[in-house]
Amino acid sequence: MNQMTHPTPPALFSIRDLRLSFADRAHKPLFGPAPRVEVLKGLSLDIPEGRITGIVGESGSGKSTFGRILVRLLAPESGQVLFDGKDIGALDEAALRPLRRDLQMIFQDPMSSLNPRHRVWRIIAQPMKRYGRGGDRAAAITALEKVGLSAQFADRYPHELSGGQRQRVGIARAIALEPRFILADEIVSGLDVSSQAQVLSLLADLARDMGLTLAFISHDLSVIRHLCDTVVVLHHGEIVDQGPVEDVFEHPQSAITKSLLSAIPRPEMDESWWDDMSEPA
Amino acid sequence: MADVSTNSPRLILTDTNFRLWLPLFWIGLIAAAALFAPLIAPQDPLAQDLMMERLPPFFMEGSEPGYWLGTDSLGRDVLSRIIYGARIALFVSLIAATTTGIFGSALGLIAGYYGGWADRVISRLVDIWMAFPPVLFAVLLVAVMGTGLGSVIAAIALIDWTRFARVIRAETMVQARMDYVDSARIGGARRAATLVSEILPNVMPSIIALLMLEMGIAVIVEAILSFVNLSISSDDPTWGSMIAEGRGAIHFAWWVLLFPLIALFMTVLSFSTLGEGLKQHFDPVLK
Repeated sequence: MNQMTHPTPPALFSIRDLRLSFADRAHKPLFGPAPRVEVLKGLSLDIPEGRITGIVGESGSGKSTFGRILVRLLAPESGQVLFDGKDIGALDEAALRPLRRDLQMIFQDPMSSLNPRHRVWRIIAQPMKRYGRGGDRAAAITALEKVGLSAQFADRYPHELSGGQRQRVGIARAIALEPRFILADEIVSGLDVSSQAQVLSLLADLARDMGLTLAFISHDLSVIRHLCDTVVVLHHGEIVDQGPVEDVFEHPQSAITKSLLSAIPRPEMDESWWDDMSEPA
Repeated sequence: MADVSTNSPRLILTDTNFRLWLPLFWIGLIAAAALFAPLIAPQDPLAQDLMMERLPPFFMEGSEPGYWLGTDSLGRDVLSRIIYGARIALFVSLIAATTTGIFGSALGLIAGYYGGWADRVISRLVDIWMAFPPVLFAVLLVAVMGTGLGSVIAAIALIDWTRFARVIRAETMVQARMDYVDSARIGGARRAATLVSEILPNVMPSIIALLMLEMGIAVIVEAILSFVNLSISSDDPTWGSMIAEGRGAIHFAWWVLLFPLIALFMTVLSFSTLGEGLKQHFDPVLK
């Protein structure tokens, strides 16, 4: 993934002072409006085209909410979300629909994001048909083969697939539209370790071959390190660290990033373990 | 459930298909009786014969050949009347349940999916509607609209749409929160298209189960209205009116009451069991 030929690729997304808050209905007083919980507190960042951007943070840091604004499942409260120069934050659903082909998403839980009543080929082909990009069975099978699933999976239902296969279908659905941007929201967190590795290397290969712009949300820094070119660290709705993956990992600027980094299990032995063992428990 | 093969032949008699085939057999029998009533019925269901009054069924002493389940106080053949009564019972249940189902499910889907004002209006309407006692409401409606098959069907649909609206609304709300609804939005689907092509197929098993239940209920409501003489004219035999007549003669001709009662009971039970069986049969996840 070292695309060092373009040191500063143009930004596909330009986000300025993005804010979002939800009404906290649990603490609503009897009269008057419910208090607001700020989820995103003024995010500003660029997402470079043709690169994989990692979005990291603990649960509750606002990373999934931020992702859902990028694909416009949620609308921002204030601030700018420029996608290819257009402020998608201000567009209504009708104006967004033609843009949605370029804003695809792979969901965390493929069991719930694939309609259990539809066959695999239909799940992939239907969005293609809506955007006038073919959308017959053959086109769906081509997309399936790109993610390493043979044509025999086309007529299955989602519950007849394994977790890794389901997530591959999710990827096939997104890439079949040849979008300019794909959001991957914790897409391997529900998979076992060997499927995780397969899905990740598949995604890395596809991103390289198709020149995809990806935002990859994860709480797992070792995954981010392997896959991403740049990384953004979120904490309580604020950016605490951002930059190329190597820089952030080698020289973390904030305590949050340091603590996330120290949580990565390391395969090598640590000298300090021997000190702990010598002390009585 | 990770590895269920796609087209495995299901030859084993499981709990599910037992619940499917047994009620289907009975409903098939009733449906055949209704369709071919003139060919099957041993007697004219309306022919009165005072020489033949209150004949007992075939296994009792004093029965006459050709009158298998005996005759009523006017000498009419009970079996033939049950067979002709199946026509009205099935016709009413089919038309009334379908009308009720389409109307109620549509409102439930809209309320559950769009929420907001649509939900508030429909839900309050359901609350108000359900405050009426159903049988009294049915009697009132038929009394206002006049007796006849059309009034019976309209009364059932007007009363029972709330059952569909309530259940389908709740089911739709659950489905609308699933990620596949967001996926459809990402995939460029309009809201109405999402409702019809994504959510509706997932709600369909519940609709079918309710539809079967409703057919059973429609048979009962029709019988109740016949019982109080508010269904169709007494020239046509119905199970409800037979039960009403049998009630008066229970001490000396119990068969006039019992056999239509069994037909009614079995049909209602079959419909509700079939609903549950179909729900499981067509659910690709449960299967």
